[in-house]
Amino acid sequence: MVVMKMKFPFQKRVKLAQGLWLLSWCATVAGATTFTLGCLLKTELRRRAEVMDNTDIHIVPNTLMIVGLASLGINYFASKICQDALDAGRFPRWKNFLKPYFAVSCFFTVLMLLAVIMSYAMKGSLESSLKVGLRNGIRFYKDTDTPGRCFQKQNIDRLQMEFQCCGNNDFRDWFEVQWISNRYLDFNSKEVKDIIKSNVDGRYLVDGVPFSCCNPSSPRPCIQYQLTNNSAHYNYDYQTEELNIYLRGCREALVNYYMGLMNTIGAGVLSIFLLQGSVLVSLRFLQTAMEAVAGKENTEIETEGYLLEKGVKETVMEYVDPVLKFLLLKNQVQEGTSVETGPATA
Amino acid sequence: MALLKMKFNQQRRVRLAQGLWLLSWLALTCGAFVFCLGVYLKTELLRRDEVMDNGEIHVVPNILIMVGLASIGTNWIASRVCQDSLDTSRFPRWKVLLLAWFVVAALVCCLLLTVVVLSYALQGRLEESLKVGLRNGIRFYKDTDVPGRCFQKETIDHLQMEFRCCGNNNFKDWFEVQWVSNRYLDFTSQEVKDRIRSNVDNRYLLDGVPFSCCNPASPRPCLQYHLTDSRAHYNYEYQSEELNLYSRGCRQALTDYYMGLMNSTGPGVLSVILIQMSVLLSMRYLQTAVEGAMALEDPEGESEGYLLEKGVKETYQDVRAKVLNVVKFGQVDPAEEASGAAEGEKTTDTSTEKAATPPPAS
Repeated sequence: MVVMKMKFPFQKRVKLAQGLWLLSWCATVAGATTFTLGCLLKTELRRRAEVMDNTDIHIVPNTLMIVGLASLGINYFASKICQDALDAGRFPRWKNFLKPYFAVSCFFTVLMLLAVIMSYAMKGSLESSLKVGLRNGIRFYKDTDTPGRCFQKQNIDRLQMEFQCCGNNDFRDWFEVQWISNRYLDFNSKEVKDIIKSNVDGRYLVDGVPFSCCNPSSPRPCIQYQLTNNSAHYNYDYQTEELNIYLRGCREALVNYYMGLMNTIGAGVLSIFLLQGSVLVSLRFLQTAMEAVAGKENTEIETEGYLLEKGVKETVMEYVDPVLKFLLLKNQVQEGTSVETGPATA
Repeated sequence: MALLKMKFNQQRRVRLAQGLWLLSWLALTCGAFVFCLGVYLKTELLRRDEVMDNGEIHVVPNILIMVGLASIGTNWIASRVCQDSLDTSRFPRWKVLLLAWFVVAALVCCLLLTVVVLSYALQGRLEESLKVGLRNGIRFYKDTDVPGRCFQKETIDHLQMEFRCCGNNNFKDWFEVQWVSNRYLDFTSQEVKDRIRSNVDNRYLLDGVPFSCCNPASPRPCLQYHLTDSRAHYNYEYQSEELNLYSRGCRQALTDYYMGLMNSTGPGVLSVILIQMSVLLSMRYLQTAVEGAMALEDPEGESEGYLLEKGVKETYQDVRAKVLNVVKFGQVDPAEEASGAAEGEKTTDTSTEKAATPPPAS
């Protein structure tokens, strides 16, 4: 039972070939665009690589880049095929090529769709990666003299200023770590000794934040230290103060940023997926319509084009059978030998 | 004696027309590039408008925008003329326009050259403008409750963070103004009272800077206040501390930025001038060669192309005589109106006088 049979008179075949040629060149440009979008996303993710714990999210831009390159090849061949399609002498040489070509093209087109789905599905993974990365960044903020961690302070400061955020969940994360290095603490001073004695680990914890948390939109000069102490500053109320420092956490800010980026890219890739799908469908129709013409003297007859010769299930089995046979053949041989040895032993 | 005479047979004329057509489309793209450059420069200058006192520097992007548009127009006309040049029936209609075209094209080249010169010459004016603008910005930093100045704080903070600079000349500019608003000062506190009494104008001056002067590259948490007091902070030496705050002044930073922008566009504009000049010269050769060919009996024969019909000196004298004629004609007419119709004889006398004078001159 044929899937989606359509009649193609000669004129319609010519129009199909011409339209497909144009469409395949559009799809080539779209493939290059996909590759570029993948590169863009990868660059943006790498820029903030220091505050990410793992690189699981990189699978999205990697897939986009692979699909972009593959679609360049697919569409190049599509344009070549439809150029030769109307020439009865040149079309037969593509015969053996077309079956694997369609298999590979369908695979990469489905991969494109998968990339878009993954970009939504991996939000949780990105968030946990950022959570761990930012926690480490805040913990090692003071270690500007430790090799390997000496740039954490600069990274976190620039991150907080650029994304207008403070801390991991919010600014209170800074109250729980010692972010001032011991090199700049006067251990003879009573104040420092009191604070160090006040907690179990002997850490210098303050209810203050680094300067990079300061919000320039605040009408008053930034209050960084003694944030929870209303009497330490004139005309200041800790509970109602909103503009002094950034209230948003950096994890939320970064997740929103990357999700926004991936949503925009996802919308573009979805439309490219539709374009690529239409190229493949049109090529299939053209192939089947031209195959019916082969061998006939009058090339201007009306032919039928279809998507699949048999039903969907049978076609899938047709493609999968060779693969299964290759695997099953081995098993059959093994079964045969074991059967032979069975009666022999018995 | 014609200037830079060259012989053009039909083949060469065709090649010249085709080459000029391509060149004029290239010059059109360059004109569009110059226009975009002008728009970009103007946008960048407008972004920092609040810290500039006057808009004199805007003459550079304004001229670039005008010249870009004019160049797009002239090069488009040049391409149309090339297309018609080899068709003897269509070329004559461009004859009248070509003189005006040459004047406009020469003007475009001159203006582009002026822009390059101005972009270097106006550096001093830009610096002056920034000096005054930044001084005002720093003075009104605290006035976040005064309408019209309430965004100065945010503007200066964002500027200092983005350009990595502090103050006007350097961070010490913040020591000379009160940048903490009175709304946030506790006037009952002894410290505040001391500071206010310590200077004539009763301003709350301190040796501290806003948070936007802090340098993220510093290994220690930022020290904003009591900067000149080495004992106020542990392990701190005022004289030798380099990384704590940005050491550059914002005026220097902004001037460097804008000068860098205008210098990097310099070579591009110079190459656009060269392309435009070559379009101008090629058009002149094409015009004279085609006109010479049309005057021959055999239109496909060899003709001469030149830049100027006579030498430079004679052409200049010719042009001067023509201009003076027009000017003198203009002088006669108001005299006619003033004297009225009754003085018609006098004007005829003057006109006969005029007729008498040219012969001795020639």
